[in-house]
Amino acid sequence: MVCEGWKEKLDTYLDGEVPEREMRSFDAHVRNCPSCAADALGRVQMKRAIQVAGKRFTPSAEFRQQMQQRMATKPKRSLSFGWMLAAAAAVILAAAVLTTSYMGVRSDRGLAANQESANRDHVLSEIADLHVETLASSSPVDVVSTDRHTVKPWFQGKIPFAFNLPELQNSGFTLLGGRMTYLDQAPGAHLIYDVRKHHISVFVFQERAFSSKLKLSDEAGSLNKLPFNTETWSQNGLRYFVIGDASAADIDGLAKLFKASS
Amino acid sequence: MFYYVDVSGADLKPDSFEELAMPLFDQLFNFARWMTQNREEAEDLVQETYTKALKGFSSFQLGTNFRAWMYRILRNTFLTSRTGLKVTMTVPLDTEEGGPEFAIESDTPETLMFERSNRELLQGAMDELPINFREILLLCEVEEMSYQEIAETLSVPIGTVMSRLSRARRALRDRLRAPLQKSGTAGIAKGTVTKGTNHGL
Repeated sequence: MVCEGWKEKLDTYLDGEVPEREMRSFDAHVRNCPSCAADALGRVQMKRAIQVAGKRFTPSAEFRQQMQQRMATKPKRSLSFGWMLAAAAAVILAAAVLTTSYMGVRSDRGLAANQESANRDHVLSEIADLHVETLASSSPVDVVSTDRHTVKPWFQGKIPFAFNLPELQNSGFTLLGGRMTYLDQAPGAHLIYDVRKHHISVFVFQERAFSSKLKLSDEAGSLNKLPFNTETWSQNGLRYFVIGDASAADIDGLAKLFKASS
Repeated sequence: MFYYVDVSGADLKPDSFEELAMPLFDQLFNFARWMTQNREEAEDLVQETYTKALKGFSSFQLGTNFRAWMYRILRNTFLTSRTGLKVTMTVPLDTEEGGPEFAIESDTPETLMFERSNRELLQGAMDELPINFREILLLCEVEEMSYQEIAETLSVPIGTVMSRLSRARRALRDRLRAPLQKSGTAGIAKGTVTKGTNHGL
């Protein structure tokens, strides 16, 4: 077919994505080739039809007003219970950040230490939000299973890394399931465990997925003013976070199981 | 329309977030509604997108595309939702073997569509598309994003944008061809649509 080369790139041409020099050649060809001209016309009509049909939905006046009010009064959101929990956690964490920062200055710690502390608290506040949000959800996990051999393969193809889940026999911990999550726009795994009716979240991300300003040092449960105990560490290129309202010993126990399995 | 932020880091305050983000509200809702196919879920998705974007605004990288950034957050949020995970289970894999599309030597979906102006039929066909085809068509045709912007939004290379777009268009044409030819037999028989029509040229 004579026009094979042209037709192959016709959509790219109509999207305005071929180089300018090629664009001029295309213009000239389409003007002189009835077959390509007809094809181009059809595709342009289809593009326009999709554009019109695609602008199909508009937000309701109530929703628009609700969003405008939220944007105008960001600190005083009127939200669902789950969001209120998340907001409460964020407020508590923000207070902890301020307190930590203030105490840091008072004790003449260096700027680097303050920055590191602020980064750590920022990340942990995001982690706490994810934890609270998830538990407040009516469907906290997307793969529901107590079997690590079911939960681990579920993440295959969904996140760009692999990780091990620990054997829990006689540990007191029960795996409830998992879901995908995002932190700082990086995909990760979120696992939920139960211990003595307390829920613990374990988050796993690629260490290199964090921007340089989110680099963390390894440490455990030092956020004493929070309702959560936490532990975070890096191992084999992965960054782990364990968070929950269980005791510090339970958080540490689960962290140790993960460390041993990795 | 592009939304490149060229303000300095010091100017990245919540107020500027509102100024940048609220003009995108309608189009983000439209996109969310197409993705979720449910009004309430779309509202939740948009709400969560704005909350996340506001939280992460301080980490928004200067010189990058704000619109693509917002769409990326919305899309990532959707993909991790229950509905998103469900629909992505049945998404066909991308291949680079799209193959060229040639002029069809019979009544094309485009000409039939043009004659019949059947918007509902087109919307129905778009609804039935796999999610990755639907979203890329919306970003290209409705949001008029460049390939580069789409690549940023979907976090894929430009080559993938081109091949996926080609496959999405072909899938849409295939979905339109059958019902249009079935329901449009009468009109075609009367010769209202002719081969290689070039009305308007």
